[in-house]
Amino acid sequence: MSEASGGGIGGYIKHHLTHNTIQLDEAGSMFWTLNVDSVIYTLITAVIFLGFFGYIAKSVKSGVPSKAQNFIELIINFVNEQVNDLFHYKSKVVAPLALSIFVWVFLMNFMDLVPVDLLPWVGSKAAGIDYMRVVPSADINITFGMSFGVILLVMYYNFARKGPVGYFKEYFGHPFEAPNTAGKIIVAPFNFLLNTVETIAKPISLGLRLFGNLYAGEIIFMLIAVFTLGYGLEQLMSFGGIVMIVAQFLMGLMWALFHILIIVLQAFIFMMLSIVYLAQSHDTGH
Amino acid sequence: MNIGITLIIQMVVFMTVVLITMKYIWPVILGAMEEREKQIADGLAASDEAEVALKKAQVEAEGILNEARTDAGEVREGANKMATKIKDQAKADAIAEKERQMAAAVAEIEQEANRAKEDLRKQVSSLALAGAEKLLNKEVDSKVHADLLNDLVKEI
Repeated sequence: MSEASGGGIGGYIKHHLTHNTIQLDEAGSMFWTLNVDSVIYTLITAVIFLGFFGYIAKSVKSGVPSKAQNFIELIINFVNEQVNDLFHYKSKVVAPLALSIFVWVFLMNFMDLVPVDLLPWVGSKAAGIDYMRVVPSADINITFGMSFGVILLVMYYNFARKGPVGYFKEYFGHPFEAPNTAGKIIVAPFNFLLNTVETIAKPISLGLRLFGNLYAGEIIFMLIAVFTLGYGLEQLMSFGGIVMIVAQFLMGLMWALFHILIIVLQAFIFMMLSIVYLAQSHDTGH
Repeated sequence: MNIGITLIIQMVVFMTVVLITMKYIWPVILGAMEEREKQIADGLAASDEAEVALKKAQVEAEGILNEARTDAGEVREGANKMATKIKDQAKADAIAEKERQMAAAVAEIEQEANRAKEDLRKQVSSLALAGAEKLLNKEVDSKVHADLLNDLVKEI
């Protein structure tokens, strides 16, 4: 908390919500601003996920599994069940995609449970890094990156499975249906409008939901962390200061316990919605 | 809040991660799981089969055992019968042999006795003849009196 003592509570939070960025163009446009911390922590979590699962996959055996393999199989079995429940087509992509999302997003979310000041403090002390946000899924770029990836796949399947004409017909012919040509022409604009809204809303809601939950969680951790901010050691050693430390500990503990639920749930929801969207894109029998 | 190049990078990373999972992780682990499932199913089926086979084999073994028991009983009975028969036969043989030998001995004894009698008779007849000769002091024509002598011999 030392590095934020200059700016008070507002300054502390603002500091914690600032990304470590690199400007990739001269003009300083928003588009070419790279959030280095998000990308690095995303890659770290990806490497943890791929490394652990890849290691198990390398030594996988169909005999009696080791404990680690058993754990992995538990997750894979769980994901596989969800996919089989929601997605009734043959696809080599959907189940691995669901697994990647579930585990990877969980790991990203899990960074939220690392004490909010720990990694930025280590970074500033060890390498002089001023700004660091450690929760990649609290960066809207990351969540949108994944939701857009899913939606791109959905669009691909829409075209590949239904064909451009079939997709066009579905786009203008549903959800309102008409028995004859005149009726079809009348309902077409409304269908178009609804479907456009839906098409846009899908990736945005998917990305925003995860982002919002994790961003809010991060802020609450920060708010709990500022409880004893700005007090000197002497004040903290007084009765009032000790009460505040205990209160901060209890609140942090409670929110962390509650947050465990949220990070798993959000990873699960992201996975389920991705499966549902992909299943919809495969549905040709409208 | 800036939306930009980070998003594009994340999309690429995301797709790469999914691709790696798709190629190297998911099929391998799921394949192993399915193989194990199959192995377990096969094992269970095999154990069921083995149980049925075991029951069949037990019944069969029981049958064979019973048959063997019956056979053994028959064999024992036959052997007992045979032994009794052989014993009886041996006893009969022994008795027959004894009787035969006894008869032979008796016959021999009789023969001996007859011969002794004959000898005695002859000796008595020649003794009588010699006595008669001496008594008469004259030779008796043995040819003439052969019939007489023979009668005498028979009488003795």
